[in-house]
Amino acid sequence: MNGHPIAEPTPLTMPFWNGLEKRQLIIQRCNTCHRYQFYPRNFCIHCESRVLTWEPVSSRGHIYSYTITMRAPGPDVAVPYVVAIVELEEGPRMLSNIVDCDPFQIEVGAAVVADFRRENPNESMLLVFRPA
Amino acid sequence: MGIAPRLSGQYAVVGVGESDLGIVGPEYTELSLQVQASLRALDDCGLKIHDVDGVFVQPGPFERMPGLLLAEYLGIQPRVNDTTMVGGCSNLQHIEHAIAALETGQCQVALIAYGSTQRSARTRKIGGVPEDPRSPRGQFDVPYGLLSPIGPYALATTRYRHLYGLEDEELGEVAVATRQWANLNPLAYHYEHPLTMEQYLKSPWISWPLRRDDICLVTDGGGAIVVTSMKRARDLAKRPVSVLGISSRSNAHYWIPGIDDLLTTGASITGPEAMAAGGVTYDDIDILEIYDAFTTMPLLAVENLGFCRRGEGRFFFRHSRTGPGGEMPMNTSGGGLSYCHPGMFGIFLVIEAVRQLRGECGPRQVKNPEIVLCHAYGGVLSAESTTVLGKE
Ligand SMILES: [Zn+2]
Repeated sequence: MNGHPIAEPTPLTMPFWNGLEKRQLIIQRCNTCHRYQFYPRNFCIHCESRVLTWEPVSSRGHIYSYTITMRAPGPDVAVPYVVAIVELEEGPRMLSNIVDCDPFQIEVGAAVVADFRRENPNESMLLVFRPA
Repeated sequence: MGIAPRLSGQYAVVGVGESDLGIVGPEYTELSLQVQASLRALDDCGLKIHDVDGVFVQPGPFERMPGLLLAEYLGIQPRVNDTTMVGGCSNLQHIEHAIAALETGQCQVALIAYGSTQRSARTRKIGGVPEDPRSPRGQFDVPYGLLSPIGPYALATTRYRHLYGLEDEELGEVAVATRQWANLNPLAYHYEHPLTMEQYLKSPWISWPLRRDDICLVTDGGGAIVVTSMKRARDLAKRPVSVLGISSRSNAHYWIPGIDDLLTTGASITGPEAMAAGGVTYDDIDILEIYDAFTTMPLLAVENLGFCRRGEGRFFFRHSRTGPGGEMPMNTSGGGLSYCHPGMFGIFLVIEAVRQLRGECGPRQVKNPEIVLCHAYGGVLSAESTTVLGKE
């Protein structure tokens, strides 16, 4: 979306990417211990169960930590932009961008909510977060 | 677990050497730098190429089987050939593996080598190394443009600032003190370039809260060390340096979103284990050599190793405490920040520790050090190794 290399979904991860196309955040949940996990795996990282289902989550979380990128990694990339580790209410953490914000007003612990961006019509939808 | 206490002092680093450093030019390769450093390390201890029967070398971007290549070039048939690659601490982990191989009789003389042409070959990019776009990192991390490897350390720094507070000057103390050491080392890239706190504070943000002067150099270079039994070491050219303790581990993450706690690293395990193996206490340690790819790394290391409590690392470096003349000398070569940083710095920590323990360091020599603790990270706080070295 943003001049960075783009992801290539695999059969295992496709439900996540298909969810984004419908503007839904869907992640794996274990049928045995009922905990959530991210990124997708073919077993439960908590209890080793092989039986997992894909479930929509709240899309809400908070910023565990973040950095403001000030030096562009490529010619097509605009700076500054925020890269954060977001912790979902359901527990799992994920890397993402925080958009629709003043990068210099962000704080660790701030509440965020999922958003969905597609910069280029032939690219997959990308999960991002914005201040809640 | 690290090496058992009964092995403490049984093995020694007997020879050390760097290759040419800095910007070596296009005629050099990873192999030629490994070889140049290896010959210097062998000459340093008086062993011959054909004494080497264990080769430990980490792969760079140009070499898939560097152990075989180095052995062929040297004309030897090593019984042990180990190319463990866990980032910047690989060469320290190689010492632990070498001791295991020496102890079980698999080899008698271990050569540990490293070489990188990353500066001249322009293989280092601020966006990081390309990742398979189908891999977990390729799908879920790379699309967000986290600079690499500075970004993960910036995330750790932000977290630290949030929990404990951290003044810009407190990270600056690490950069400035390390530069003062480099100004005493003629081999250092920044030998002739002083760095003041004012200059540090004016250096531009790259990945806030880290600036250009929080980041290590990008240079070419190689290093090599020779490890053998203490029994054999006593007959060699120089006074051996004893491996008192060593402990390594891989943490539970490869890339940074997988880390449990951005401020807790395996150093909290490897440090105490390596020290316990040698019966060494914190007060015994005269010099710290800590991998400083970013100023945040020594900050996290001193807390996790146990030299101070959590949140107090920010005070550890104040008043040039780790600089020349300070009470806790650290990175006396000038470190990855100001001496050299050919991609992976682990081996240079050991080279400097050995030279300090031998008293070979000229103007930057610390007075009569007995014990040096080396700690290196690999990946993005993903793997580590602590090595405690002492005067025989
Ligand atoms: Zn489970």
